[in-house]
Amino acid sequence: MTETMPLLDVRDLTVEFATRRGVVKAIEHVDISVGKGETLAIVGESGSGKSVTSFAVMRILDRAGRIAQGAIQFTSIDVATASEDEMRDLRGREISMIFQNPRAALNPIRKVGRQIEDVLLEHVQAEPGNVKEKAIEILRKVRIARPEERYHAYPFELSGGMCQRIVIALALACRPQLLIADEPTTGLDVTTQKTVMELIVELTREQGMSTILITHDLGLAATYCSRVVVMEKGRVVETAKSDTIFKAPSHAYTRKLMRATPRPGVTLRDLLPEGEATPVLAPQPVDTTTPFLVVENLVKEYPRQGVTKTMAQFFKREPATDSQAFRAVDGISFSLARGSSLGLVGESGCGKSTTSMMINRLTDTTSGSIMFDGEDIAEIPAKQFAKLPLRRRIQMVFQDPTDSLNPRFTAARAIADPILRLGDLDGKDAVRARCEELARLVGLPLEFLDRFPHQLSGGQKARVGIARAIALNPELVILDEPTAALDVSVQAVVLNLLQDLKAALGMSYLFVSHDLEVVRLLCDHVIVMRNGRIVEEGATSRVLNAPEAEYTRELLSAIPHPPV
Amino acid sequence: MRDITVTGVRPVTGLLATLQHTRYVLAENPVTAFAFGLFVLIVVTAIFGPHLVPIDPLQSDTAQALKPPSARHWFGTDQLGRDIFSRVIVATRLDFGIAIASVALVFAMGGLAGVAAGFFGGWTDRIVGRISDTIMAFPLFVLAMGIVAALGNTVTNIVIATAIVNFPLYARVARSEANVRREAGFVQAARLSGNGEFRILLTQILPNIMPIMVVQMSLTMGYAILNAAGLSFIGLGVRPPQAEWGIMVAEGAAFIVSGEWWIALFPGLALMIAVFCFNLLGDGLRDIVDPQRRT
Repeated sequence: MTETMPLLDVRDLTVEFATRRGVVKAIEHVDISVGKGETLAIVGESGSGKSVTSFAVMRILDRAGRIAQGAIQFTSIDVATASEDEMRDLRGREISMIFQNPRAALNPIRKVGRQIEDVLLEHVQAEPGNVKEKAIEILRKVRIARPEERYHAYPFELSGGMCQRIVIALALACRPQLLIADEPTTGLDVTTQKTVMELIVELTREQGMSTILITHDLGLAATYCSRVVVMEKGRVVETAKSDTIFKAPSHAYTRKLMRATPRPGVTLRDLLPEGEATPVLAPQPVDTTTPFLVVENLVKEYPRQGVTKTMAQFFKREPATDSQAFRAVDGISFSLARGSSLGLVGESGCGKSTTSMMINRLTDTTSGSIMFDGEDIAEIPAKQFAKLPLRRRIQMVFQDPTDSLNPRFTAARAIADPILRLGDLDGKDAVRARCEELARLVGLPLEFLDRFPHQLSGGQKARVGIARAIALNPELVILDEPTAALDVSVQAVVLNLLQDLKAALGMSYLFVSHDLEVVRLLCDHVIVMRNGRIVEEGATSRVLNAPEAEYTRELLSAIPHPPV
Repeated sequence: MRDITVTGVRPVTGLLATLQHTRYVLAENPVTAFAFGLFVLIVVTAIFGPHLVPIDPLQSDTAQALKPPSARHWFGTDQLGRDIFSRVIVATRLDFGIAIASVALVFAMGGLAGVAAGFFGGWTDRIVGRISDTIMAFPLFVLAMGIVAALGNTVTNIVIATAIVNFPLYARVARSEANVRREAGFVQAARLSGNGEFRILLTQILPNIMPIMVVQMSLTMGYAILNAAGLSFIGLGVRPPQAEWGIMVAEGAAFIVSGEWWIALFPGLALMIAVFCFNLLGDGLRDIVDPQRRT
């Protein structure tokens, strides 16, 4: 890459936000340059300022934010001082942006083809006469099958990956010189992520564009970008070629990020920063002779149509057909031994969450049995289960630590809730003492117990959720992607915590995840699901190292790995 | 570990935090501060009004009838020689009381019905929805008139009528707010903790939609006052000689043509200021509870 004339040159950029507690510097003295045809990754955890940087380049900071210092030079235009008219011309035509949630970026009541036409006409890239052909040509370019048909589709008729391709089509419609992709594949399945990223890279090369990929995923950055910028707390800590940065990371923070990223050939303890790992606990001896959890032929069906359709059928006197039910879980069977952990893996819509919701008795089953310690709990309606003594024994940690805490309850109140309802502790002091004991167990400083969720960080909220789940000493804990919303370094700590708690308390885990690398670290056995059925199951090391099913191989190969 | 809070400032909790936030919003938003001041004034007037007025509001003095505003009678006197200033002040308690009572009643009925409809769905939802639709099928003021006429001409029935016509507003807001939280993670977590559905409704859902409901209450206060005054204006509910803004406007209306404008104007102004104050306050409260507006 020639350093003579970069396409985008950011020098000493500082962005400030005016908040009620005074001015906060979101990014400080950031230097980034992107050459022509280069793909650059900006990597960092939440709050590192990576998105703010891209917003500053597009000059779409919200009202409270302003560029306090520094220069942004795009070709010959000075973005920091350009007029709003010039900027409007620049956005879309010269610099395009792709956001995280493709559905939110599309107009839900306008056909996708029309939305592409709007952009083409707006930036005078087509005449009203030929705009439709151009739009279809662009759809074909982003690998949308049957583009003539899909031209007439509405966003809700398309899958998440397809929507993101439409968004890419919108971004590339005017052949911009620079594409900024802000977490373009977060929330997409790993195989979809692979096709979307490959598409972006290929189009970048074809059109001679430059791309900035903003991501929290080091593996993704390393696989698809030539150069990587690592940001921490609003500052650039390291800039290097992607093939060297992982072999010889020079900054301590990069090393920490590298360590925390789950990858083959490491143990959970290896994810923690050097010197912070404690010895692995020996697991509690448990009785493994009796079957603990045995699931047989579990089925969940959802009716496809609503009341109106049923009424219409009633009046037409047509018999209802079986095919009208949608089988989210289609007859799966597995067993889980006491004290072990089982991973339930699959892409979105495979039925793994429905399965976990049926086992923890929040959702009724259609048929099949769930034998929990010799008792068929599938027969107990979900509505009644909440008040049974059995409830104590099966608990759950939720995916989104923010969503799963009542915003009006303090951390202590949230942890105490199951104790108050189902526990046998009497008196305020006893409950409080138990909360403090649990907080110590999950590593939550005691002074945080009286805070509300919005005053806690993501990792702290995750700890509160875990403390609540283990408050009643459950035997089975269902973990529904407990780290999906967390930064990798926090994820590393939480995963280790879960491992230690399992060993110390003799619990069994059912771990639901889309991330095979995380499952590899935490689970003894793994089940791979697709379309409500089990594709493959077995010991984790066997399934992940020598997969038998084609689908498992596909999943594994789609995971981007940093070169080691 | 990133176990630091974003602000870096030690978070304050409880009452102090709420006070600080309220002060911040009031300082940022002088209009809300003004409305808040007005609200305090109305409350003080409603509580202490009868003890503050210089002249008995019911005392008539035909020698002083229909006198324009003067140093003795600030707002003038009406056709019976009663002091309009005293009557306007004293009426605050009645009008404000009717509004508070009806808003509290409709909050209890509509709010709870709406929360239940949104949370349980199914038949509960259908029944509450159809009740709302039925009420909304009538012109609201005519419905209120009908209710008071049917139930009997008393202040209590004005309160009930005002509550009933406001029912759909509360039910709908509460329903939609409860509905989005129905499958929220913390509700599922509460089920796992062994809470029954009804307890979840009361301890998890209701506290979370309270802020929105308080805004709704403030916004409908103005309407409740207008409704009560409107009913009195056409001769329903409050009866003369009791001081009430609606009746006073009605009594004064006949004299405007002959030039005695003050009889209708001052109670009308009081009504306007009260409604204005509640509407401004409602907007301000919405800013306080809406986290999107917090920076």
